[in-house]
Amino acid sequence: MASELEITRRGVLAGGAATAAMATTNPARAQMTNQTTPPPTVPVTLDVNGTSHTLNLDTRTSLLDALREHIKLTGTKKGCDQGQCGACTVLVDGKRINSCLTLAVMQQGKRIQTVEGLGTPDSLHPMQAAFVKHDGYQCGYCTPGQICSAVAVIAEIRAGIPSHVTPDLTAKPQLADAEIRERMSGNICRCGAYSNIVEAITEVAGAKA
Amino acid sequence: MKFDTPATTNPIDQLKIVGKPVDRIDGPLKTTGTASYAYERHDVAANPAYGHILGSAIAKGRIASIDTREAIAAPGVLAVVTAQNAGALMKGDFNTAKLLAGPEVQHYHQAVALVVAETFEQARAAAGLIKVDYTRADGAYDLEKAKSSATKPKDMDGDAPDSKVGDFASAFAAAPVQIDATYHTPDVSHAMMEPHASIAAWKGDELSLWTSNQMIDWGRGDVAKTLGIPKDKVHLSSPYIGGGFGGKLFVRSDAILAALGARAAKRPVKVALQRALVANNTTHRPATIQRVRIGASRDGKITAIAHENWSGDLPGGGPDSSVQQTRMLYAAPNRMTATRLAVLDLPESNAMRAPGEATGHMALEVAMDEMAEKLGMDPVQFRILNDSQVVPDDNGKTDRPFSQRQLVECLRQGADTFGWTGRNAKPAQRREGDWLIGMGVASAYRGAPTQKSGARVRLDGSGMVTVETDMTDIGTGSYTIIAQTAAEMMGVPLDKVVVKLGDTAYPVSAGSGGQWGAASSTAGVYAACTKLREAVATKLGFSTADVTFADGKVSSAGRSVALGEAAGPGGLVAEDTMEFGDLSEKYQHSTFGAHFVEVAVDMHTCEVRLRRMLAVCAAGRILNPKSARSQVIGAMTMGAGAALMEELAVDNRFGFFVNHDLAGYEVPVHADIPHQDVVFLDETDPTVSPMKAKGVGELGICGVAAAVANAIYNATGVRVREYPITLDKLISQMPALV
Repeated sequence: MASELEITRRGVLAGGAATAAMATTNPARAQMTNQTTPPPTVPVTLDVNGTSHTLNLDTRTSLLDALREHIKLTGTKKGCDQGQCGACTVLVDGKRINSCLTLAVMQQGKRIQTVEGLGTPDSLHPMQAAFVKHDGYQCGYCTPGQICSAVAVIAEIRAGIPSHVTPDLTAKPQLADAEIRERMSGNICRCGAYSNIVEAITEVAGAKA
Repeated sequence: MKFDTPATTNPIDQLKIVGKPVDRIDGPLKTTGTASYAYERHDVAANPAYGHILGSAIAKGRIASIDTREAIAAPGVLAVVTAQNAGALMKGDFNTAKLLAGPEVQHYHQAVALVVAETFEQARAAAGLIKVDYTRADGAYDLEKAKSSATKPKDMDGDAPDSKVGDFASAFAAAPVQIDATYHTPDVSHAMMEPHASIAAWKGDELSLWTSNQMIDWGRGDVAKTLGIPKDKVHLSSPYIGGGFGGKLFVRSDAILAALGARAAKRPVKVALQRALVANNTTHRPATIQRVRIGASRDGKITAIAHENWSGDLPGGGPDSSVQQTRMLYAAPNRMTATRLAVLDLPESNAMRAPGEATGHMALEVAMDEMAEKLGMDPVQFRILNDSQVVPDDNGKTDRPFSQRQLVECLRQGADTFGWTGRNAKPAQRREGDWLIGMGVASAYRGAPTQKSGARVRLDGSGMVTVETDMTDIGTGSYTIIAQTAAEMMGVPLDKVVVKLGDTAYPVSAGSGGQWGAASSTAGVYAACTKLREAVATKLGFSTADVTFADGKVSSAGRSVALGEAAGPGGLVAEDTMEFGDLSEKYQHSTFGAHFVEVAVDMHTCEVRLRRMLAVCAAGRILNPKSARSQVIGAMTMGAGAALMEELAVDNRFGFFVNHDLAGYEVPVHADIPHQDVVFLDETDPTVSPMKAKGVGELGICGVAAAVANAIYNATGVRVREYPITLDKLISQMPALV
């Protein structure tokens, strides 16, 4: 098995054009060959934090890049650009999504909320204030995603949406540590502020209860 | 200011603001998304172009040809940089491999090209149009295979690679109780959340880089050296850094290629490493093979201890210093350590959080657990019995004292707090439903080095104090402890202090590395504030002997003047650098701790769940217990990852890390980490700095993985000596289901 793979791969590496495919992980490669005309752009209107933004976007632009590079709202972070880390979490019509996994053109007419729309340094959202109080962050890069997710998690539990750790699918899920940890697990914090983040979320959830 | 005699009482000892668990001053910015990281500096570089890096598809060999014509012709493309058109590039002092390959390729995903285009999407698409024809060469990728060819390196992080006290071989042979075990730790990745990123802009022959770098002055020097331009023509700015852990100690390809791209495109250029490049393009903590031998008398006194380590790196690289803590932790009259380095053609090995100790404890502290069991002793008691108040293995000397050493107290207090007496010494005895429960302990050791550090402090007519230093805050809390230091020194509340960090425009600091940042950078601020206090007193004609700074006023002999008024409309500025004398030679400066972990292991699936974690730390004065605690819990989390899941999987045929993204390279997530407890012992160390403080950010990871491994053994009776301890390594040896 191993030797077969090796032969196959050596063969691939020997080929000129195929080598370029090896050398990049770019999925857009196939459709881009010999492209000399500019890619299509389309006008898109995005409602972000209650403000309407009309942009002319390359159709390949993710919602994340539309926010960060075009609207210049850089609070939403790019940690992986492939839906693995959660740093780009935003709320769309009140539900959390990874903004790197959706194209901006798909979000026209939706209500997009980013960390900047939750609160400002002078007027923090209760979740932002709880993160400061409980030191639920260190480098700060995953923090906007954690906070957007945390706000959505409380709403999901209150709406009765079960999770993998909900013991009884027919009962209302509880605001327990295990539920919060499970539901927050799509938001990686490499600094390891998890213990403090759970305390911050628990405090905000309790205050609202 | 020179620090060469132990500190006496000074203004920091008032502890009105220093030592208090205040919220981070950068918190409101970080939690609202208004702290701008390197790639986000829309304020500094108008109309930047976008760069996209293409990484090498081979680990070792040459680029036979590279065809960029199609990429250059693609829509929006402004330039394509390769080694062919980049001009002469030197290698930075802190880099082992070059940051742009060609024609030679030194490791997989080494950058081979940068495409610069009007938009991110265009640059990414065009990078896929570059055709590279490689000639592969055979390389060495397997540490186990290369082990026999490993040689003694020149040095080991500045220390001798080998050490020897007494006669280990004879004493070990004569010891009635012995252990001889070999442990494997894998290659691991920093995997910080913010990928390496830079914006570069040229103004004539001057280069500005807004980047993500832990060590501003090192970075400035290496950018200059790599590009062949004078150091004073390079400006770096890194006010916020989205995690580093050692992965951003050095200049990487994003910075150099952004600079080259900006020169080629005659525009500011921004570059972020794609996540899939981070593991192989940048540095990582190398895998180790460690052999530990311990010989003891039947009453548990260690008579002989040996620790040997093998790791690999590219030619010209360095070893992992895994044997360090074994020279420091336990008394034994006969001992040796040895470090060997093999040449591997994997990506560059380098420092990651507590380099050396992080891996070294994973072997030594499991060996101590194994030995305690052989002796029939409690592992806490076994460690306490073998404590040493002098450095046990110190280049032949055996009488140098530790300035502070509270290892025994950490172990005792931790055992009490954790309920250690509830542990059953016999493994696999405690069961709750389908779960086997176990407890583990490990000691923690990490040095407390200090580095020269400078700062400038301004006092304006409104009484505001502004601190400027090129120190960085990589999540460690530098902003806040520096503000606390300045506030304490100048007698103002915290909100009267502004801290500006991470810029070559500011005095050179210690930077963030080696657990030296907190103690060193605040000492630099202390020195500058001391000078500013003198300037204020002199301006007012006050005697410096009895002057006090408190409540926003400066007072002497019954006279009191508001600070702003004292500064006057022109303000006052003072700058100084703290330099450290030979106290660290007279005394060994170290931090100590003890980790306690409780795990549950599923009897059927061998899934391991962490139930409780406690760290007890003795690390000098804790400048801010809130942010210091965060440093420790973060390190405990990374230690849990090392124990249970983190491993860069090596493709031994083609020489690269296969799982090079955050889905394949697993790090702990919320669901993996329980509530964590941290206790700081009361300690001040006047021999380290006027702040009497040390670092904790690396101490926190040392020993965690071993404590987890020992807890898993206590739960199951299965001893795994090859990290990470995944369920496949447990399942064939699990106790029979009853």
